[in-house]
Amino acid sequence: MRFWPKSRKARQRLTILLAVAPVLALAAGLTLFGLRDSISFFYTPAQAAEAHVPPGRAVQLGGLVEMGSVRKFPDGGVSFRVTDRKASAPVLYRGDLPDLFREGQGVVAEGSFNSQGQFIAKRVLAKHDERYMPRDVAKALKAQGEWRGDGAAPPAYSAPSSK
Amino acid sequence: MFAELGAFSVMLALVLAVLQTGFSFGGTKRQGLAGAGEGAAIGSFLATALSFGLLIHAFIVSDFSVANVANNSHTAKPLLYKIAGAWGSHEGSILLWCLALTGYGAAVAVFGKGLPHSLKSRVLGVQGALGVLFLAYTVFASSPFARLVDAPVEGASLNPLLQDPALAVHPPFLYAGYVGFSVVFSFALAGLMEGRIDAAWARWVRPWTLAAWTLLTVGITLGSFWAYYELGWGGWWFWDPVENASFMPWLAGAALLHSAMVTEKRGALGGWTVFLALLAFTFSMLGAFLVRSGVLTSVHAFAVDPRRGVLLLTIMTLAAGSGFGLFAWRAPNLAKGGVFAPISRESAMVLNNILLTAATATVLFGTLFPLISEAMGGTAGVGMPYFNITFVPLMALTALVLPFGPLLAWKRGDVLGALQRLWIAAVIAAVLAVAALALVQPRHALACIGLALGGWLILGALAELAERTRAFRAPGPEVLRRLTGLPRGAWGMTLAHMGLGVFALGATFETAWKLEAAEVLGQGRSLDFGAYHLTLDSVGGAEGPNYLAERGVMTVTRGGRVVCRGEPERRFYPTGGQTTSEVAICARGLDQIYLVLGERRADAKGEPVWLVRAYYNPWVQLIFLGPLLMALGGLMSLSDRRLRLAVGRRREVAA
Repeated sequence: MRFWPKSRKARQRLTILLAVAPVLALAAGLTLFGLRDSISFFYTPAQAAEAHVPPGRAVQLGGLVEMGSVRKFPDGGVSFRVTDRKASAPVLYRGDLPDLFREGQGVVAEGSFNSQGQFIAKRVLAKHDERYMPRDVAKALKAQGEWRGDGAAPPAYSAPSSK
Repeated sequence: MFAELGAFSVMLALVLAVLQTGFSFGGTKRQGLAGAGEGAAIGSFLATALSFGLLIHAFIVSDFSVANVANNSHTAKPLLYKIAGAWGSHEGSILLWCLALTGYGAAVAVFGKGLPHSLKSRVLGVQGALGVLFLAYTVFASSPFARLVDAPVEGASLNPLLQDPALAVHPPFLYAGYVGFSVVFSFALAGLMEGRIDAAWARWVRPWTLAAWTLLTVGITLGSFWAYYELGWGGWWFWDPVENASFMPWLAGAALLHSAMVTEKRGALGGWTVFLALLAFTFSMLGAFLVRSGVLTSVHAFAVDPRRGVLLLTIMTLAAGSGFGLFAWRAPNLAKGGVFAPISRESAMVLNNILLTAATATVLFGTLFPLISEAMGGTAGVGMPYFNITFVPLMALTALVLPFGPLLAWKRGDVLGALQRLWIAAVIAAVLAVAALALVQPRHALACIGLALGGWLILGALAELAERTRAFRAPGPEVLRRLTGLPRGAWGMTLAHMGLGVFALGATFETAWKLEAAEVLGQGRSLDFGAYHLTLDSVGGAEGPNYLAERGVMTVTRGGRVVCRGEPERRFYPTGGQTTSEVAICARGLDQIYLVLGERRADAKGEPVWLVRAYYNPWVQLIFLGPLLMALGGLMSLSDRRLRLAVGRRREVAA
C-alpha cells in the first residue's frame, strides 16, 4: 500500500476524490449518451428541403401554419402545411392540437419526415401565451427577412388591443 | 392616488434598503448603527408590504388607469383571480420577489436575537444589498404602478390558464422558497467576511435553509399539480426550462441541508457548505432570469420580457459574481474541520452531496444546452429522453445508498451493522419488485426496479425509526416512550425520506403503467381504455363568470359497474380569445381517471363530434403526496426546539 497516504487528512481527501471520480464519470457518460439520443435539430421547411433531412430522423419543423391549409379528419387526424414563406411542408398529426393552434400562427412540430416527404408529427407545440412565437421560428424568420414583428412582444403600455 | 403612493413606497423601500446596507456594514463594530440598520430592514419590509398591498388593492377595485392592472385584470374575473393577478405579471411578480427579500431581511432583524452582533450586522448588510439590487430594478425598470394616459374601460384579463386556485397560491410559495435562499446566501457571505465558517454558523444557517426548501417543495408541488390537471396533457413534469429553473435550487437546497448538518455536527465540509449556500440562491436568481427573460423556449413561461432580461442577468451576475469572488478569495483560509473515516455518516452525506450535485449539473446542462448549442452555431435542444437518462439513474443511485446514511455513526460507521438492520427492508423491496414483474401487465423490468427503490426508501426510513425506538426488541411501553421522546428533527428526516420513497413509487407506477386513449366521439358513442369503457353521454353549453364552455357528460364503467361520472369542459374566454380545457378527475384509491373534452369537429355526415381523451393514471396521487410528506418533514424539523434553543446556547459557547 505505497500509494495510500499516511496522513489522515490526505487519506480523507483521497477517499472523497475516489468517490467523486466515478460519479462524475457516470454523470458525464450519461450526459453524452443522453445527448446522442435526443438532440433534435430545428428546421424551417426551406432549410429542411435544402438540407435533405433523411427520412426517419427525429427533428423539429417550425414555421407558420399556412392559411387555409388545416384539414381535420373525422378519425382525429389533422393535416396542415407549415410554411416559412419560401417553402412549405405538409404535416400529418394525430391527436389533440394545442388550444392556441391557429392558421397563421407560429408552431413547432416534433417528429420525422417519411419517405414521401410528409412530416409525421408526434407533438405539436404552440404556447399558451397568445403572444407566442416559438423563439426558433422567430429567429429563422428574422434570418430570412420574413419577420413580421409579432410574437413575443413585450407587454405594451397602451390600451389593450382587441384580439 | 393609491398607485402613486404605491410607487412612492417602493422608492421608500429602496432608500431604506440602501440605508440598511450602509448602517449594517458600518455597524459591525458599533451597536447603535447596527440597530439603525435593523430598523431600516424592518422599515424596508413594511414599505414594500404597503406597496404590494396597494397593488392588490388596485387589482381588487379594477383600477384600469394602472397599466399593469389594465393588462392583467378584468372586472368579470372572480375576486381570487383578481388578487392573484397582482403577481401574474412580470412587474407584480418582481414586486412579490422584493417583498419576500425584504421580508426575510426583517425576519433576520427580528428573530436573529441570538446571533453574534457582527455576524448579524453583516447578514443584514448583504441582505440589504440584495434588496437594493432588486428594488432598484423594480423602481427604474419594472414599476407595477405605471399609469396609462387613457384608462381603458375594460382590462385585458389574466391568461385564463392562470385562473386556477392552485396557481393563484403557487407563486407566493415558490417565491418564498426561492428568496428564502437569499438569507442563506447572506449568511454565507457574512461568514466569509468574518472568516468564520464553523459549527455555530451552520447551526444558524440550517433553519433558514429548511424553511426555504420546505416552501420551495410546496411551491413546486403546487405548480406540478396545476400542470397536471390544468394543461390537460395528463403529465405532471415535462422537464421544461421553467420547471428546471425551480428544480435546480431545490436540488442544491437539498444538498445544502445535508452538508450543513455535517458542518454543524462535526465542523467539517465548511467550504463546501458555503459554496452550496451561494449556489442555491444563484440558481434561484438564474430561475427568475430564465423564466422572465424568454431566452429559452418554454411551454409555460408567462410574462416574458427579453429586454429586461438583460437587466436581470446583470443583477444576477453582480450578486453571484461578488459572492463567488469572495468565496474564491476567502475559502482557502477557512478552518479545516474534523476528520472522518471512509465509512461514516459524514461520508454518506458527502456521497449524497456528490450525487445530488452531479444530478443538478446534468439538469443545468440540459436546461442551458440550447444556449450552448446556439453559441456554437447549432440549433439543437434536449428533451425529456435526455433528462430521463441522465437524472433518473443518478437519483436511483442516491436512493440506493440513502437508507444507509442515518444508520451509520458519525466519524466511523459500520456497514455490516447497518446491513443487519436493513436486510428485512431489502428483502421486502426485492419481493415487491419480483411480484410486480410477475403480476403487473405489461411487463416492465425498469419500472419494477423503480418500485423496489421506492419501497426500499420507505422501509429503510422505517427501519431507522425502529432502530431508534428499539421496536421489536424492547418491551412495548419502552418503545412507546422512546417513540414519543424522539426529537422532531428525527421525525422530520424519517418523513422526508419516506416522502421521497412515496414519490418514487408513484412516479414509477404512473409513468410505466398509465393507460391512455384518444378518439373522436359523437354523443352517445364510447371508447375503451384498458378494462375501462367510456361513454360520451351528452355535450351541453355552460356559462361561467368570464367564459363560455362546452360541458361533456361522460360515464366510465368497468365490467358494467359505473366507476366515474365526469364533466370535463372546454372553456372559451372571449376577453383574450383563448380556449382552455378543464379536465374531470375521478379518484379511485391512489389512482385517477382523467377525462378531457377536446375540440369540436364535424364528422363525414356533418354531425358534431368531439375529440375525447381518457387516461387511467395509476398511483398518481402518490406523486403529489410524496413531496407533501417531504414538506411536512421539513416543517417538523423546523419546529424542533433544539434548532431554536441551540442558537442561544451556542452563542454563550462562542462568546
